[in-house]
Amino acid sequence: MNDLDGASNPAIETKLWLAQRISAVILALMVFVHLGTIMYAVRDGLTAAEIIDRVGGHLGWALFYGLFVAALAVHAPIGIRAILAEITALPRKRIDLLCFMAAVLIAYLGYRVVRDFYALGSIA
Amino acid sequence: MSDQMLTVLVWRGTADKGRYIEYKVRGLENHTVLDVVTYIQRYLEPTLSYRFSCRVGMCGSCAMTVNGKPRWTCRSSVSKVAPGGKLKIAPLRSMKIIKDLSVEMSEFFDKLARAEGRFHPTSNRQNDFNHVKPDSVKRRLASDGIECIGCGICYASCDLVAWKSNYLGPAALNRAWTLVNDVRDGAHRKRLNAVAGDAGCHACHSQQGCVESCPKNLNPTASIAGLKRVTAIAVLKGELD
Ligand code: SF4
Ligand code: SF4
Ligand code: FES
Repeated sequence: MNDLDGASNPAIETKLWLAQRISAVILALMVFVHLGTIMYAVRDGLTAAEIIDRVGGHLGWALFYGLFVAALAVHAPIGIRAILAEITALPRKRIDLLCFMAAVLIAYLGYRVVRDFYALGSIA
Repeated sequence: MSDQMLTVLVWRGTADKGRYIEYKVRGLENHTVLDVVTYIQRYLEPTLSYRFSCRVGMCGSCAMTVNGKPRWTCRSSVSKVAPGGKLKIAPLRSMKIIKDLSVEMSEFFDKLARAEGRFHPTSNRQNDFNHVKPDSVKRRLASDGIECIGCGICYASCDLVAWKSNYLGPAALNRAWTLVNDVRDGAHRKRLNAVAGDAGCHACHSQQGCVESCPKNLNPTASIAGLKRVTAIAVLKGELD
């Protein structure tokens, strides 16, 4: 809709597309592991203690979910950017800013969860 | 369908000012939609504007919206597209109506040019012939998309074209893809820059509305996927601006 403000840059758009595809592959594999773990973990009930016991303080899981958050922070805002450009009349620059903020927010919130779970390990 | 009276609604006027007018036409078993429109113009409504040329599915000029779908009217038999004997004929979507069923197609053709849908020769008549092996991968990829007749049917069926007026559209991108695979062409880099980006191949939703509607059974979605692939490689090599 906001067709005419600012011609798009071929290199940047292609890189964003590539980043979204690569992050999609990473997310697909990780969601598989994530869901698999959930299915395994809930086989006899689910308790907070059990989750903390497994994930808390475990560097492997912290790195796993750290990468998960990073891939998400890349993947989702690029998609939202395309949707906003297509269905709203917002100026390009505004959309880019909003999506950049979304990326930062997702990364920050995700980082906090990963950090706090990791810290919980030292309490347990 | 044996012979029967058809009820035909035809768009008359322009985009801003127009309406459907009903005509009754005797339909014959072998009538095409174009035959019906021609009958209306010859016998019922001499001022009706529409476009056609070859009548055999080669020129691509007779495309209209028939019962909600873009079609080549010269090759659409009434018995197939309107089994109930009711026809609603409108101009193609996403194009400016000139009058009645004729649309302004310059935007559509401009986009073919904008996508570098033009051959850039690398040799002249002093050179020997280019030898392109018929079964080479690139030749086969080019052949898959080459039969486009420029009818604009895929373009009219594409929702993205309707929403995003600068989107190059399936026909232009399909044309570009055939040239990307033309080893004789000398403007590959320029073309990849022209088709990359959110007005080009990266905007496509890959839902294949264009494939569904193309009367030549081409697959613009596959061509666009090909462009996404080669532009991704090009950007990694630093060939996009
Ligand atoms: S696949 Fe792409 S070009 Fe074809 S109709 Fe959908 S958005 Fe348009
Ligand atoms: S790709 Fe098919 S539908 Fe589109 S312009 Fe070419 S022949 Fe027509
Ligand atoms: S009149 Fe030429 S394709 Fe229909």
